[in-house]
Amino acid sequence: MGEKAPYSIDVNIFKMQYIAIFGSVVLLIFILNLIRRKRIKEEYSLLWLLLSIVFLVFSVWREGLDFISRLMGVAYPPAALFLILLMAIFMILIQFSIIISKQAENNKNLTQEHGLLKFDHENLQKRVKNLEDKLKE
Amino acid sequence: MKGLSPIVFFNSNPSNTDEQGKGLRTSDTLIIIPAFNEAWNITHLIKEIKAEGNYDILVIDDASSDGTGKLAKKTNLAHVISLPHNLGIGGSVQTGFKFANIHGYKYIVQVDGDGQHKVNEISRLLKLIKLDKADVVVGSRFNKKHKGYRSSSLRRLGIKIFEILGILMIQQRIKDSTSGFRAYNRETIKFLSKFYPVDYPEPEAIILLGKNGFRISEVFTKMNPRKGGKSSLNKRGIFYMLKVSLGMIMTYIRPKSA
Repeated sequence: MGEKAPYSIDVNIFKMQYIAIFGSVVLLIFILNLIRRKRIKEEYSLLWLLLSIVFLVFSVWREGLDFISRLMGVAYPPAALFLILLMAIFMILIQFSIIISKQAENNKNLTQEHGLLKFDHENLQKRVKNLEDKLKE
Repeated sequence: MKGLSPIVFFNSNPSNTDEQGKGLRTSDTLIIIPAFNEAWNITHLIKEIKAEGNYDILVIDDASSDGTGKLAKKTNLAHVISLPHNLGIGGSVQTGFKFANIHGYKYIVQVDGDGQHKVNEISRLLKLIKLDKADVVVGSRFNKKHKGYRSSSLRRLGIKIFEILGILMIQQRIKDSTSGFRAYNRETIKFLSKFYPVDYPEPEAIILLGKNGFRISEVFTKMNPRKGGKSSLNKRGIFYMLKVSLGMIMTYIRPKSA
């Protein structure tokens, strides 16, 4: 990692690498901490964990990123990293839409059930009251 | 259980004969009124329906802020379900289907809370159902001669598109698939209490029912112009049409509901 990379703007790239490593470590710790404190359920955190690990791996392992970017035909390796991250974020957002839709459906059913039960409850109260009044007579 | 136990006492009341404790049913037909902020009209509407025939009435108060539910309860002529938060027309109506399913009603007629539907047409909708000629009857606003109330041009365009989609998808020509004036039989109630579209459900429900083999008929009814309140449909215009068209297409390509 110490040798000079074949770019004219290599200084910026090294700076960028440190920022990427720092950012990805912070992200990983942040996500792990959220899971530890039960602020995110494990099932919803998997994609986030995956994303931060991929981010970390490619920020540290420059040759790997160079290889991947050559495979993808991207001239500027950090751009390949951004593309990968962007795709991962898309996947997470789509997962969110799925979860939201499922929760909206559950929410609707609960609301309806709540209304029906409240109706039954009031009805029963009325009938119990009638019954008590009749027994008193 | 012959003694004077409370249960027997209870069942001696003629309106409480059902053993499962669901004895609030006094008719085999339930009129469901989904209502969101219709306080100006609800009392009048309930009285009008009650005067029309022997129907049980269920008002689904979709978290109104103007006391619609309280007014409906005050009449003592209707059952009232108050939803804890706003579900929109689809979720409200489905609450009515679930209620009818639980309490064993044979027929449902849905009448909108805004007073557009003429209550003296209820029996006409029910007639085809009771003769077992149809599972669903839609009360359409388009008279053959285009008399009576006609709606805005944008809405008419939407209705035309939905009509064409209906012809293409389920080979049935429903001229007014946005109408919420509908009658359903027991089988349909059971089905719709499980599956009913949300948001703007009427045209999607037509495709859903047609696709699942229910017989749909349309009866031409006159409608009153809106006396007050706001239609939930017109103001959303293009978005409404796109959303409903997408919903219809998705309903069509989805596998049949179990």
